Amino acid sequence: MRKAALTTVSTVAGVVLLLSLKPHTDTPTTAPPAVAAQPPSPSSAPSSSPSSSPSSSPSSSGAAAAPSPSTSHTTSAGPTGTYTGDTINTRYGPVQLAVTLSKGKITAVKALQTPSGDGRSQQIASYAVPQLTNETLQAQNAQIDTVSGATYTSDGYVQSLQSALDQAGV
Amino acid sequence: MSERVSEPVSEPVSEGRRGGVRHVEHVMGTVFSFDIRDPATPAIGRALKEAVAWLHHVDEVFSPYRPDSAISRLGRGELSVERCGPEVAEVLGLCEAAERATDGWFSHTAGGRLDPSGMVKGWAVERASAILYGAGAHNTCVNGGGDIQLRGEAAPGVPWRVGIAHPLLPGALCAVVTGRDLAVATSGTAERGPHVLDPHTGEPATALASLTLTGPGLTWTDALATAAFAMGPAARAWTEALESHQAMGVTATGDLWQTPGF
Repeated sequence: MRKAALTTVSTVAGVVLLLSLKPHTDTPTTAPPAVAAQPPSPSSAPSSSPSSSPSSSPSSSGAAAAPSPSTSHTTSAGPTGTYTGDTINTRYGPVQLAVTLSKGKITAVKALQTPSGDGRSQQIASYAVPQLTNETLQAQNAQIDTVSGATYTSDGYVQSLQSALDQAGV
Repeated sequence: MSERVSEPVSEPVSEGRRGGVRHVEHVMGTVFSFDIRDPATPAIGRALKEAVAWLHHVDEVFSPYRPDSAISRLGRGELSVERCGPEVAEVLGLCEAAERATDGWFSHTAGGRLDPSGMVKGWAVERASAILYGAGAHNTCVNGGGDIQLRGEAAPGVPWRVGIAHPLLPGALCAVVTGRDLAVATSGTAERGPHVLDPHTGEPATALASLTLTGPGLTWTDALATAAFAMGPAARAWTEALESHQAMGVTATGDLWQTPGF
């Protein structure tokens, strides 16, 4: 085997697509979930169509937005709302997903941006990630081709980063 | 292997943006992603179809969730190993070798039931990768539900980059592995909960949230990753002693470790 180089990136670095918000998740203390909150939107019907419009309005100063679902209805059963993930720089171009949660369960995943996307990137870029994450991501240049992780089910795949990469590549 | 018998769902083969071929196949209860970076040729197209058919064949033979699979019938004593065909004998032989190599930490009979699933997926992926290679696809990534066989490189002079999913932060990465001609396998609880049994106790292993192993071929890498995951706290020292493999572990409390070669 040829030498494999392993680069550790910070826990929330790279590809912070989604959620980290499941009530049962034993979240480490190293970082908050790196998702930016948006108000829940009734327009976020289940859809993964890359061509659908983002459900939020543009923000020009969201770079310091708190990662907590502050505008969402957080209940004891889990958060409700639409969460915009960090933009993933795949080798095909940027990919970004939005995930809609209802009481902590995923009800919709929407691709806000794909490499074939049409100028939405500027709007998307205004959604914040912690600066540290961004720096780490840039320092490591964490462009990835694929993802290894615990075996997902056929249903779990839909929410997976690998699914986003597959969509980006075709 | 599948948690349930699922309908085969085949998504159309499509040409990648870089002139290669991409394909996504739902089979074995999970999803297989093919990423071929070599320019598409008729031979590669045929090989991809063959590789996909191979995966469905493996599911039919080895799924413990299909009552009529050879493995299920073998487990019920309705078939002999000889009658199951050479593939079953090959896989069971690999299972026994892995069991010996891991002091019983890999087991295809954990829980008292014949279930070689811990070996089958990696073996099937490596074979699928070989089918593509034989048709001239020398730079490929075959990802079987999170376990990966890489061949060649992502682009001329550019190694593959594999994100390792953070087991405690869904959607986040905890590391990136870079390499050529590489297998990467991860065992963990993130997607399906504690499901890897400690063969010595019969109880689910819970000390680690995930264990990632890299090596040259996915068959063995995947099996060893499963074994090391079951070891829990002992996995670190055990993987450090492996010459051809490197490991990274994330404990249930979120601590991260890796073997020195990484």
